[in-house]
Amino acid sequence: MNFPILSVITFLPFAAGMLILMMPANRKNETRAVALAAAVIDLLLSAWVYLQYLLSDMRGYQFIEKYEWLNIFPIHIELHFGVDGMSAPLVLLTGIVMFTGVLISWGDDDKHVMAGIQDRPREFFAFLFLLAGGVFGVFVSLDLFMLFFFYEIAVFPMYLLIAIWGWVKTREYAAMKLTLYLFIGSVVALVGALAMYWTQYQNTGVLSFDMLKMEGAGFSPEFQALWFLPVFLGFAVLGGIWPFHNWSPDGHVAAPTAVSMFHAGVLMKLGAFAALRVGVMLLPEGAKQWSWLIMLFAGVAVVYGAYIAFVQTDLKYMIGFSSVSHMGLVMLGISTLNTTGLTGAGVQMFSHGVMTALFFAVTGMIYDRAHTRMIPELGGMAKIMPFATIGFIIGGLVSMGMPGFSGFVAEFPIFMGVWEEQWLVAVICSISIIITAAYIMINIRKVFFSPMPENLEGHVGDITVLDKIAVATLCLFMVIIGVFPSVMVPMVSTGVENIMRLLGGA
Amino acid sequence: MFTSQIFASILPEILILVLGVLILIFEPFWKEDQRRNAGWLTAGGLLLSMVISLLFGRPGEPVAVLGGMIRFDWLGFFLKMLFMFAGAATALLLMDHERAGKRGEAYVLLLASLMGMNLMAASSDLVMLYLSIETASIPIYILAGFILNDERSTEAGFKYLLYGTLASTIMLYGFSLVFGFSGTTSLDDIAVKLTSGTISPLIAFGIVLLVMVGLGFKVSIVPFHFWAPDVYQGAPTPVAGYLSTASKAAGFAVILRLFFVAFPDFSGIWTMILAVLAAVSMTVGNLLALPQTNIKRLLAYSSISHAGYAMIGVVAFNQLGAASVVFYLAAYIATNLLAFGIVMAYSRITGLEEISDYAGLSRRNPLLGLMMLAAFLSLAGMPPFGGFVAKVFVFAAGVQTGYTWLVIVGIINSIIGVYYYLNVLKFVYLYRMPDQDEEQHLVPLTQPYTIALVILVIGVIVLGTLFGPFYNWSDAGALNLF
Repeated sequence: MNFPILSVITFLPFAAGMLILMMPANRKNETRAVALAAAVIDLLLSAWVYLQYLLSDMRGYQFIEKYEWLNIFPIHIELHFGVDGMSAPLVLLTGIVMFTGVLISWGDDDKHVMAGIQDRPREFFAFLFLLAGGVFGVFVSLDLFMLFFFYEIAVFPMYLLIAIWGWVKTREYAAMKLTLYLFIGSVVALVGALAMYWTQYQNTGVLSFDMLKMEGAGFSPEFQALWFLPVFLGFAVLGGIWPFHNWSPDGHVAAPTAVSMFHAGVLMKLGAFAALRVGVMLLPEGAKQWSWLIMLFAGVAVVYGAYIAFVQTDLKYMIGFSSVSHMGLVMLGISTLNTTGLTGAGVQMFSHGVMTALFFAVTGMIYDRAHTRMIPELGGMAKIMPFATIGFIIGGLVSMGMPGFSGFVAEFPIFMGVWEEQWLVAVICSISIIITAAYIMINIRKVFFSPMPENLEGHVGDITVLDKIAVATLCLFMVIIGVFPSVMVPMVSTGVENIMRLLGGA
Repeated sequence: MFTSQIFASILPEILILVLGVLILIFEPFWKEDQRRNAGWLTAGGLLLSMVISLLFGRPGEPVAVLGGMIRFDWLGFFLKMLFMFAGAATALLLMDHERAGKRGEAYVLLLASLMGMNLMAASSDLVMLYLSIETASIPIYILAGFILNDERSTEAGFKYLLYGTLASTIMLYGFSLVFGFSGTTSLDDIAVKLTSGTISPLIAFGIVLLVMVGLGFKVSIVPFHFWAPDVYQGAPTPVAGYLSTASKAAGFAVILRLFFVAFPDFSGIWTMILAVLAAVSMTVGNLLALPQTNIKRLLAYSSISHAGYAMIGVVAFNQLGAASVVFYLAAYIATNLLAFGIVMAYSRITGLEEISDYAGLSRRNPLLGLMMLAAFLSLAGMPPFGGFVAKVFVFAAGVQTGYTWLVIVGIINSIIGVYYYLNVLKFVYLYRMPDQDEEQHLVPLTQPYTIALVILVIGVIVLGTLFGPFYNWSDAGALNLF
């Protein structure tokens, strides 16, 4: 039997979380060390999965693991893990964000800075790892029940993480809003999933939550048209789709840095990924019928999100709304239902995940030191923290879709794909690129290169070594994919082939 | 003839009786400060009885024993094990109750009601059903009012007694109608004699309503729920926990047996009534839980809504439905006992029961905070805790039989539930004690609490992750109903 690498990746964070909870509360550094060790192992394992998939023939689902979980008439649940070209990059992404998130949260014991997590780090890392384990679980699950199981696990720690360690002013409101939005979305999708389970039984006599079997369940077009929207939108709420994006910027702003990174970097992908895997792949006819609506929602999100980001004065709100805009691009790519657009969406999920994690990391570093995130009150950070500045600029270039960075590799195919379907939408949405370029450049100039306000003079110090490692890691991946798209694009397109097969095209 | 099979079928009850007699004999000889040890004896004895029953009292093919009074099957057996587990946990939680824990009678009464519940789970005759329900209820009337010089407790005991006797009298009237129309009290014979040809739907409707008054009271489903918040608030906390879990589960056991076995022919009528009751119960329970400020009243309303969720499985009226109800009961017993146990452990030290008094608990005792997290997230239906799996199963059963509207009502309600459960956790984790240092106000746990709560929390997590065997047993039990 092969080494059950996906199970290890998924359950390691849970085990590490339990271990951390059992440590004495006052051993803060040991707690952090255990967390870092677990994160490093998970990053290496997920990188190994990614490379193995890349170096293999890149066909179908690999690293398959299958265990009977419950098989008693009429319930059949399996622990069925596997990755394809769509999910392997996302597993790697989760590993990266987990690693950098732990580094960022390590903190600086300098009383002057108060960076990272100083209050109850034991509970913080335990909850963060619960979240991480849930996220891994969703990306690798091929069983619908298990997907829901991990999906919910990924949702509720957010409440605690934001409410306990978040920004004092808005954390209670934002945490509750976020949890309720996401929970409503997921239970709506759950009803759809149960309906699919029983309809599959009626149609084919197969009792299974296995999504590979459900692909052949022969759902009637009427059934698909009825249930596609609840299922797709139920998950897409977590993907921040307009008009259900409202929870997202509030959540970003209230969350502590590492949680913002997780939230924007990984959790929002969770929504888009589950919407794609359950909504589009299991109900392809429904997807075809409703793709116009998804495209409309996504198109609004892209332009509107970019515009709202443009007028923000709070750095975190700006990034929060730019996430809505960029996740809108992912949804736009999905809504094209053609190979080009879907490939772009897949790459964009990874690219945006890394980029936005970097943005939030740097913003967190600035806030911890300057104690403000208001753009007009900041300035001159380039002199103090040159390393973070370079990171932010690289993130900005990715965000604008500059060639040579991962953003270009992702956004270009999305717009191509949209052009194939509806050229007008592509034209309108491309306005967002201009707006994005505008707010990114204006803010970089103001925050990093304008003269430093007098009240900040002398109070602000450079970032720590751990912070630098985190920033460097994130930048590295964006540049690699930008320069060598062949390390990711062919892989994603094999995942897309699988989707196109179900859609009956290509 | 008293064969070994008959002996095996009531083995748990015999052991409980022996245990109760042992406590009655030894308790007077113990000194005042030793009497709390009766709790160890009760809990240990119950666990031992479970082991002995598992070894020697396992059912085979379902049979009717003792003149058809009792059915010896997996459904009864699995539920008996659940009740005895709940009883053992309650005994541990009772030990350090300031006013009840040092009195042997409390444990004897607990055991007496436990015996009644065990018989409720196994009865297959209307007479036996009524007797066992009363056997289970009367000791709890006393336990609820156990603290004599406490007004609230006395009120709780009296209220429970008044409502309880009224409800069971009305139910008895329903039973008498059933007997009058069918000429038999055996559940199996009723199913044969009382068919849609013999009585009019209107009469069947009336019978179901009358019977549901009594059973609805036991499971505290709306509109027979009025007693629950007051009784839970007034009764000693472990007793309230016991009432809200084992007693409710026993009520569901009777509902399953009675409706599935005796009235299959009128399923159209009773599923309709129960579906409405379920929807109303979930909605009213959850909405009334929102404004609560007392934690025990909050848990009371939450338990009313949970009766509604579980009822979805009964309404589904098929194998999955029955199995999901039994599984739901298992998960709910572990979860709610955990919640009440934590409330008990906290109020013992602080004497406080308002939700706002829980501010800073996670700093005053991190372990207790985490356990509260597990209990409330499980109540809210979040994985990896038992509540999630249980809810998915009852919802699956509902969707399977076409009660999608009921499932949607359930889902809207679980969203409301998430809100108020998280609200409690907000106090536990987010807020600080006003103007005080939590380090100076720790909440230590005594040994019985630590043991009981840790076992319960493990139970909640196991039911939420490795649920295979438990669902298997629930399903084996459910099969006995068809």
